[in-house]
Amino acid sequence: MKHVIALNINGDTYEVLVSPNKTILEVLRDQLGLMGTKRGCDLGVCGTCTVLMDGEPYLSCLTLAMDAVGREILTIEGLSQEGDFDPLQRAFIEKGAVQCGFCTPGMILTAKAILDEEGKPTEESIKKKMAGNLCRCTGYKKIVEAVLSVATQTEREE
Amino acid sequence: MERELDVVGTRRPMLDAAAKVKGAAQFTDDLTLPGMLYGKILRSPLPHARILTIDTSKAEKLPGVKGVMTGQDIPDRKYGIVPKAKDEYALARDKVRFIGDDVAAVCAIDPEIAEEALELIRVDYEELPAVFDPKEAIEEGAPLVHDDVRGNISASLKKEFGDVESGFGESDFIFEDSFYSQPVNHAPLEPHAALAQYDPLKGELTIWSSTQIPFFLRRNLSTTLLIPESKVRVVKPKVGGGFGGKIDMYAKDFCACWFAMKLGRPVKFVYEREEVFIATRQRHPVYLRVKTGVKRDGMILAQQFRAHVDGGAYNSTAPLIITLLGYFLMIPYRVPNLLYEGYHIYTNKPVGGAMRGHGVPQARFAVERQLDMIAERIGADPAEIRIKNSIHAGEPHPAKFTINTCGFPDTVSKAAEAIGWDEKRGKLPFGRGVGLAGGSFPSGVSNMSHISSGAVVQLGRDGTVNVLTGAADIGQGAETVIAQIVAEELGVPLEDIRVTAADTGITPLDPGTFGSGVTVRAGNAARLAVMSIKKKLFEFVAQKLEANVEDLVAKDRKIFVKGSPDEGIALPVALKAYQYADLPMPIVGRGSWMAPATEPTTLLKEDGDFGPSYSFMTQAAEVEVDPQTGRIRLLKMVAAHDCGRAINPMLVEGQLEGSVVGGMGQALYEEVVTERGQVMNPSFLDYGFPTTMEMPVIETIEVETDDPLGPFGAKEAGEGTQISPAPAILNAIYDAIGVDFTELPVTPEKILKALEEKRAGKKGGVHL
Repeated sequence: MKHVIALNINGDTYEVLVSPNKTILEVLRDQLGLMGTKRGCDLGVCGTCTVLMDGEPYLSCLTLAMDAVGREILTIEGLSQEGDFDPLQRAFIEKGAVQCGFCTPGMILTAKAILDEEGKPTEESIKKKMAGNLCRCTGYKKIVEAVLSVATQTEREE
Repeated sequence: MERELDVVGTRRPMLDAAAKVKGAAQFTDDLTLPGMLYGKILRSPLPHARILTIDTSKAEKLPGVKGVMTGQDIPDRKYGIVPKAKDEYALARDKVRFIGDDVAAVCAIDPEIAEEALELIRVDYEELPAVFDPKEAIEEGAPLVHDDVRGNISASLKKEFGDVESGFGESDFIFEDSFYSQPVNHAPLEPHAALAQYDPLKGELTIWSSTQIPFFLRRNLSTTLLIPESKVRVVKPKVGGGFGGKIDMYAKDFCACWFAMKLGRPVKFVYEREEVFIATRQRHPVYLRVKTGVKRDGMILAQQFRAHVDGGAYNSTAPLIITLLGYFLMIPYRVPNLLYEGYHIYTNKPVGGAMRGHGVPQARFAVERQLDMIAERIGADPAEIRIKNSIHAGEPHPAKFTINTCGFPDTVSKAAEAIGWDEKRGKLPFGRGVGLAGGSFPSGVSNMSHISSGAVVQLGRDGTVNVLTGAADIGQGAETVIAQIVAEELGVPLEDIRVTAADTGITPLDPGTFGSGVTVRAGNAARLAVMSIKKKLFEFVAQKLEANVEDLVAKDRKIFVKGSPDEGIALPVALKAYQYADLPMPIVGRGSWMAPATEPTTLLKEDGDFGPSYSFMTQAAEVEVDPQTGRIRLLKMVAAHDCGRAINPMLVEGQLEGSVVGGMGQALYEEVVTERGQVMNPSFLDYGFPTTMEMPVIETIEVETDDPLGPFGAKEAGEGTQISPAPAILNAIYDAIGVDFTELPVTPEKILKALEEKRAGKKGGVHL
């Protein structure tokens, strides 16, 4: 049986009709047209479907939509305003951390959770916490550099 | 090159990086059309069987199902990326040849219903004996994967350069060793997808496909579905990684189009990750035997090389891989005499295809490993033996390749220096070691299938530059590199360039992204197009400035006489004047480029150039092996690379870094494991490719040369980079623990077994 639930996504409330087995990923992509969240494996391994719920990274392909009721979901579309960039997005662009771009939304959201939690994460910590986000193009070097550059930039600003 | 460059040679983010970080970049699965249906493929559960009957009646009756198709519904036409080697049907007609082979397709109003419909299709098979080992497949009496291919050898090549027998006769030492390179999945993060739409009034088909080869796909759709090429439009959206795995076309492309044509509704197919592993392509597993004759000082005099390529159930690139495996044994070392034999063998297993380097990594793995083994046996230094045997620019080449530039010796010495070769090689404690390996790759192919590329550039009154190129950007940054070339040639900032690419309905012909030819081929075409614009504009401006056309230059959005930048005319002013002189606008330039070819398509019969230029590289690795657990850590990798002039050094670094980690996966972690044809690890859970936790320290070194044929001196940087990481790592493992591994990948289990054997006094290494 399907249920109408209200989901808070990027600050907006969406009422959606879902069966209990629907994942957040399916609702985002198939019902709401929020295509920035990617489907790479549908098994919770590649990290391309990462979204933040109440600030923590979740694999949206494994998380049921009904479990997200009452929580704040942030997808890549909600990270910055239309013509603007989050510092992480800017760093990914400038450091060359983007190649094909399929892993990028998930990478950036995982990195945001790390920065929000740790403030000044070490390289080791970044590597450890981003190990669930796979990338086949970059060899990760520029991705880690981009995240580190934002971490140290924040440090300077403080 | 004397010229001072403004845009070429600078570090620029990709033109589409902003869209990608915003989640706004559209990949095929991100596209939806009104009334769209969802397709799924039914796959064979058997490795080899005759299809007796297919009953689709139950599936057709399931509410929500809009179409079911089998091989009998579509024209009896085979497809394939190599025209002479077409052996595949969109859906099987008579037989299935591997577990995962395409049997039937359905489309429905949602993916779940399509999935359910697959389970309602009943297929009666007559199971046939299957063959899984290429060495068994070529034996007398082995089951035939394709009934008309005797011995299961679907392509073979025997080629001799020089005189091998006398080369061995003059050698002081002759060594013969065997190697095996394993199957590896491309594993692009974006699964393969296609969306097709049909306009019944115009009879026009449009397909958006995650493809590296829009124009080849167009041709194959046309010949397979019997619709004129002019009625097929292939659009390439963003592609989430290809690495060669999207050079082929698949059932999803043909079935999406067929359903769209029959039903008049858009249809989308997206493969699941498991399907990507089982039913797309993989790096060919190859058994290699190398016999090398050397002088006492390590100079190579002769080489005999035999490759048995396990092609799986279909050809894909079969004739090409056996050719590449052989010809590129002639670079980067001078091999005066070579006898090569290569065989592409059918088995009832997943299909091999082009993957980053396409055969060359397998060949080079064997040669680079053996070179180290030879160095040890004759007491030579592995770095020195490589420098000593290097080919050189301008020298006569044994296979008559034209080598205009060659930075190979420099890449060896610089990589060696950066890894600390002199201090570390043979001097680190047990369990630590360094090793290096070389490689070389062509910048696209010449002499093969008339591969050429076109570009159209339009310059409007407002100064906007519109570039139309057929080049397929798959995330490597082709569009950015082409825009940089255009901006440089026209003397305008990169921001003025707008690129429209890879749409067969709009953009000029381009073969696609393979063979590392994009920058040189499509870049040269775009540059020629700009030159033709400049010719028209300069003739006009020359009159205004009372100058000679030959003396004019375009730079900083200005046209001026060389050496007098202040006395020029601003580009917008020139364009306005051009228009007001009643000259036609926009100014349109066209260019087409193909690699010089003296003996078109006779390559296999006559010697000659294979590519317009060749990149060169050396990778040097430092590893740590834990003798207790067998765990191997790649601590550092240095990649020294001669790619001519880097159009965009940041993107070149990205290619190098990605290749290091990809090659590391091949060396240490990755293998598509099959048992009786069944892939045992078709998910990212079981098929582990490197994560951030495994990444080594990576140092990239550019050895710059200035190639006369490349745009602004550029050569390839995309594939050659992945040739040498794996042998470099294995060579470092030898330095660390004294074991010669000859099979990929080297896992902790193999390390422990080898150390045990070594302790027991058995010969190290794994031999066939």
